[in-house]
Formats: sequence, C-alpha cells, structure tokens
Amino acid sequence: MTYTLRHKVITYMVLLLSLIAIAMPPVLGTVAMAQAPVEIPPAATAPAPAGAPLAGAPPAAGAPAAAPAPPPKIDSGDTAWVLTSAALVLAMTAPGLALFYGGMVREKNALGTIMQSFIILCLISVQWVLWGYSLSFGPDKGHIIGGLEWLGLNGVAMDQPNADYAATIPHQAFMIFQAMFAVITVALITGAFAERMKFSSFLVFSLLWATFIYDPLAHWVWGVGGWIKNLGALDFAGGTVVHISSGVSALACALVLGKRRGYGKEHMAPHNLPMTVLGASLLWFGWFGFNAGSALGAGALATSAFVVTNTATAAAALAWMVAEWIYRGKPTVLGAASGAVAGLVAITPASGFVGPLSSIAIGAGAGVFCYMAIIVKSRLGYDDSLDAFGVHGIGGTWGALATGLFASKAINSGGADGLFFGNPGQVWVQFVAVVASWALAFFGTLVILKIIDWTMGLRVSDEDEQVGLDLSQHEERAYSKN
Amino acid sequence: MKKIEAIIKPFKLEEVKDALTEIGIFGMTVTEVRGFGRQKGHKEAYRGTEYTVEFLPKTKIEVVVGDNLATKVVETIIRTAKTGSIGDGKIFVTNLGEVVRIRTGETGDRAL
Repeated sequence: MTYTLRHKVITYMVLLLSLIAIAMPPVLGTVAMAQAPVEIPPAATAPAPAGAPLAGAPPAAGAPAAAPAPPPKIDSGDTAWVLTSAALVLAMTAPGLALFYGGMVREKNALGTIMQSFIILCLISVQWVLWGYSLSFGPDKGHIIGGLEWLGLNGVAMDQPNADYAATIPHQAFMIFQAMFAVITVALITGAFAERMKFSSFLVFSLLWATFIYDPLAHWVWGVGGWIKNLGALDFAGGTVVHISSGVSALACALVLGKRRGYGKEHMAPHNLPMTVLGASLLWFGWFGFNAGSALGAGALATSAFVVTNTATAAAALAWMVAEWIYRGKPTVLGAASGAVAGLVAITPASGFVGPLSSIAIGAGAGVFCYMAIIVKSRLGYDDSLDAFGVHGIGGTWGALATGLFASKAINSGGADGLFFGNPGQVWVQFVAVVASWALAFFGTLVILKIIDWTMGLRVSDEDEQVGLDLSQHEERAYSKN
Repeated sequence: MKKIEAIIKPFKLEEVKDALTEIGIFGMTVTEVRGFGRQKGHKEAYRGTEYTVEFLPKTKIEVVVGDNLATKVVETIIRTAKTGSIGDGKIFVTNLGEVVRIRTGETGDRAL
C-alpha cells in the first residue's frame, strides 16, 4: 500500500508514545523506590525457596529454632522436582499448546499452527541459553534489565545453587525451568495471528519479542533488583510475566495484522475439537510443573500450589460451562476446555499465596470473566483468532489482581497478605504491576510489529491465506489426501 | 443405457446397496456430498461465534444400467432410501452415450 504523509505522522507519533510509555514505568518505579527506600529481601517476593520457614512445616531435625541459615546445599528431592517441572512446562508448549491451538484452526492451517508452537520451543530454547537468561535473571542493571555477564550461561553452574533464586537446586536447574516459561509465553501469542502470519516474519517477531519484552519484564518481576519485585508485587508463576504480557501483545497483534480474509462471512470453525481437548488436558497436566514447580522445591508450598491449581482450573471450567449454558442455551466442549485454560491462567500468579477456597473463587471468576470477554470480542469485531487476549490477557489481569485480594501469609510466609486478609495495599501494588505489564506488552509489541511490517511484511498474501499456511508456508499437508 | 444418480441420506447407504445387489446390480460409485433442498440446516457455536450450517451431508450413488433395468432400480432406491421426512433426497436419470470397460475395451451393454 502507499504510505501517505498521514500514515507516517501517525506512525511516528505512536512510536514516540510507545518509547515514552515503555520508559515511564521503570522511571516511575525507580523514583518511587528512591523516595521510600524499603529494600525488600529477595525471599519476601520471590517464590519462597524450599528452605524458607512455612507455617506448619516442622523444623529441620536437631536444628535449634534460632540457628543461622546453613550455606546453600543441593537437595536431590528439590532438584528432581524442578527438573521434572521443567519437562512438564515444556510439554505445555509441545504438544499441549500446539494441539490446543492446532485443533481450533481450519484444516488447511493445522500444521502451520502446530509448527509455530514447536519451532518457538526450538528458537527460544537457544535464545535463552545465549542471552535470554542473562537479560532476565542476570546481575541487575538499573532495575530494568539483567546484564550480559551470563551470556552463553557463563557463570551459571550445574553443580552450585544460586542462593538469590533457588538455594537448594543447581543454578542450571533454575535456568532451564525458567527457559520453558519464556518458551510458552511467546507461543501463547500465536493464537492472535493464527492463519495469516508469514512464517519468516513470525520467526523474527518471536525472537525480538522474547528479547525486548519477555526478558525485561521477567527481570522487572522476578529478577533480583527488578523494580516491580522491589515494589512487593506478588507473581508466583507468571500472571504478569507470562499471561498479561502474551495476552495483551496478542491484542496488539490482532489489531495490527487485521482480520482474517472472510472473517464474519466464511465458516472458520475448529477443524478438530478432540485435538483441542487433548491439548487443553496436556496444558492442565503440564501446568502442575508451571505452578507447583515455581515453589522451586518439593514440599509444602509445592503441594499447596498443586492443590489450588487443580481446584481453580476445575472451578473455572465449570463456571464457563454454566455461564455459556445460561447465555446461549447449550454447554459446549470447547467452552469447558477454554474455561479450564482460563482457570489455569488466573491461578498462576496466585498459586503460591492462596488457599483452596480462594482458588475456587479465583477460578470461577476466570471462567465467567473470560467467557464474557469472548462475547464482547465478537461484538467489538477484532480478530484475536484463538482468544489469546480474552483468555490470557483478561485471565492474567484478573489473576494478578485477585492475588492482591486473596493472598495470605498463612499459606506462604514469604509472600504477603491481600485485601481479604487485612492488607488492602497489596491490591495497589498488584495494580501497578498489571499496568506496567500492559504498557510494555502493548506498546513494545506495536513497535516490533511496525518494524517488521516495514521491512518484511507481516501477513501472507491473500492467495496464500486462501490456500492455507500448510501448503503456502511449508508445502505440506496436515492430512494426506492419499 | 441409463445413468441413475441418487442423492440419499448417508445412513441409508448400506440398505440401498444391499437391495440393489439383490436385483442384479453389481457395481456402483458412491461419493460424499453436501447439499440442501427443503431440509433446513442447523446451528453450531464455537466460543463467541455462531454458524448456521446450511449444507447437510448426503451420499450420492451412481449406477449405470441397461434401459430394461432402469425403472426397477429407481423403484428399489425409492423403497429403501425413503424415511418419509424432508431431506430423503432425489433421483436423476439421464441417458448415457457410451460405456467402456477399461480392462478389456468392451463397449455398450457388454461393458455394464
């Protein structure tokens, strides 16, 4: 298309505002911290390491109550659980998300959609080792990013813990666990631009997004020195870092890429819902690694996170099903599966801080709110093809705020209390984290998309979209015609 | 020679085929088709989107017979494919110019 002067002015304005918006949160956060210098020790906001005292946990045999903490020592139980959890989270992306999304697109795009999840696993796994982990969790620079000291995992030991993050497992175990989080976050966004993005542009987008959105945000919320972590925001397993970031970025992608050809007129029904349910089930299974694994140890906290994860997910699936039954008249399989995923999303930031009854409320809320978001989407008319924003953006926002409501130090003394447990201030802190995540995700994604659009183009051609991604991007068929 | 095309409800296929075999028809071609006539479609809903599916799955049977058998074939199909409700289908009878057996090259009635 020809770019008129109007286009260029608008684009430069948006870019300028985006840069300001991205710079604002860390500047404000640093200013806020300078005015109220309360250095919160890492254990208060990070997921409590297995060695931290938990309500009801018996003290180590023979150790006097007031003894100083022993030097970090690798615990085989903790290590086994974290490594297992890393594998579980990998399974969330491939085959979990791959099949969940794959079943929801039309047959001609099934393979292309699955490929996106699969190849992100490959791409980000390597990016993480080379520079992603260093930027996310490396030595802090100005509270907004990690340094490059750990490039290529330099200094990241396989036989020593990093006591700042996880005192009882090898540093590399923590690293590889976190790698899988980076992988699935990028993969979630693919739901927004399903069935119409060029494969080459998608690869570049994924790499840039992981580096410039995920890595900084992970540092802000989980990295030692990160400004959101220092504010005291609670995010046990990634409500902001993973779900708000991917969900809101998905919204930006849907708006910039535009609707699929024929949207609203052609039938674009899922081609294989059994595949989608299989994917959703694998997501549920793997999510135990995502949430319970974030306890970074095998014990009471992991157990609690496991329990609330299952409970919230179940409540959410039921809530979505009932909401849909009432609103439309029929309970659907896709609704139950989607509700479950919404519940998994919402419980993610809360999983290490809330109890089972709270988790029912959080899950039920997710089921209802995310279902409503889907209804609103079809009224507003933008094409977030697989509801990445509706489920992850909205679900993640609800979960992050709900953490501010339902968190209890009785569950995790390393956390904080929420509004319902006497600390209304936590909701404000969560809100700041939510807004910062939204801003970075939305405006940062806009910038990346525009750069790629100008240089490579984002969408496939009309004809390629008509033929389908499988044939046009890969010269393959998902289902042989033999 | 006549070509008889019958569009029927898919679940009736086995019954029709068995009945045709009984009256001496030993070959046919079957395709899965979609279509509608007076039978209305149905609604499907996926998340926030509702689709009205107007095309219904049907089965098309094609049989080629000599002129003498044509009427009997039509009657047989009607008898076995009928349910009495809308959407039972239709039969089209056309004249055929030529029929050839590929293996032997035989033509006409000898190719049936």
